Amino acid sequence: MTSGNEISQVAPEGRTLINVRTGMFGATGDTTGYDLMNTVVTMPGATERPYGSWFDDAVDILAELLGDKADEAIQYVVVDRGELTLHVAREHLLDVVRHLRDDQDLRFEMCLGVSGVHYPADAGRELHAVYPLLSMTHNRQLRLEVSVSDEDPHLPSVTSVYPMNNWHERETWDFFGIVFDGHPALARIEMPDDWVGHPQRKDYSLGGIPIEYKGAEVQPPNERRQYR
Amino acid sequence: MHIDENTPDAGWFTGTLEATVGFLRAGSLWPVTFGLACCSIEMMATGTSRFDISRHGSEVFRGSPRQADLMIVAGRLSNKMAPILRQVYDQMAEPKWVISQGVCASSGGMFNNYAIVQGVDHIVPVDIYLPGCPPRPEMLINALTTLQDEVKKQPLWQSRRKEIAAAAEAAALKATPTSDQFGLLR
Repeated sequence: MTSGNEISQVAPEGRTLINVRTGMFGATGDTTGYDLMNTVVTMPGATERPYGSWFDDAVDILAELLGDKADEAIQYVVVDRGELTLHVAREHLLDVVRHLRDDQDLRFEMCLGVSGVHYPADAGRELHAVYPLLSMTHNRQLRLEVSVSDEDPHLPSVTSVYPMNNWHERETWDFFGIVFDGHPALARIEMPDDWVGHPQRKDYSLGGIPIEYKGAEVQPPNERRQYR
Repeated sequence: MHIDENTPDAGWFTGTLEATVGFLRAGSLWPVTFGLACCSIEMMATGTSRFDISRHGSEVFRGSPRQADLMIVAGRLSNKMAPILRQVYDQMAEPKWVISQGVCASSGGMFNNYAIVQGVDHIVPVDIYLPGCPPRPEMLINALTTLQDEVKKQPLWQSRRKEIAAAAEAAALKATPTSDQFGLLR
């Protein structure tokens, strides 16, 4: 897998480059052709106004409530496949969710958890946390995305605003190692308590044991295509 | 066991105590309610009227391991679940048996990774390994009837157990190990 500073490819217009993957299964110089594979991983880039639907109004109301901090807090807005995603700076995450929950025109009463994403090649923004929000009053959904670096994986916990996110934040800490500051009890939830490492990160080894089957030894999946 | 059908009004049969106890035990193997993954859906289907595990005396799935004789390990066992599985097994009263249902429970199956126990025989002694991903209810019933045949033959006395263990060990020593079976993997 390529790391951040090795990416020389330019993203297609309107897309954000996440990673460029070359080869597959570690194969080099054989006849499979896997080493010739070149996969460009991109995400939809920032969207220009008008966003369409109720999105413009919602972003305007949120910006008005945030006041001076609005430009800094809402880094950019993505509208893709009819869904609204706000990329938020972590320093202002708590302000943003509080306004989204409390304002009568926004009323996003529910936070449906927090998902972690690991983009190892996205230098300085390796870890993303994604919060899907739901407004039952207005029947609307939007998504918040916050990115942090691998060296400083700290985010404010939103449990003070959305208490139902308690276990979800523990899970994201468990699997991705994102530290949620202010969480009442940030302990592991899925893995055993004494586990070392965060298994859903891309650089975490899949593990497994070699299997002996009728005289042949089959390697664990993450070592199958290593020609040594 | 022999039931005498020729003697008029015979209200009795002949047989060894061992065979009689085995017959009675095999007729009511109560499984503990313990589903781990997709295999447990097949296990539940086995209890429904279409497949009807009660034909074999096993319809009473027990919520309490104290009342169960049989543990059907239905699905992949994660490292975190392993001590819980062992505790449930330890809480079951003797005599008790274990069916390892599906490839994941038997060997880790497709989950050869950091999170899954590579075969529940690392955790509990297994009597029947049932292949399949997941095995059909008919296969689970076959595993159950196979286990019943074993239960019927189970020795009661300690000396007989040692005899049988010695015979099993001798047979295992004679068998060709898989490491010597070359040229079969394609």
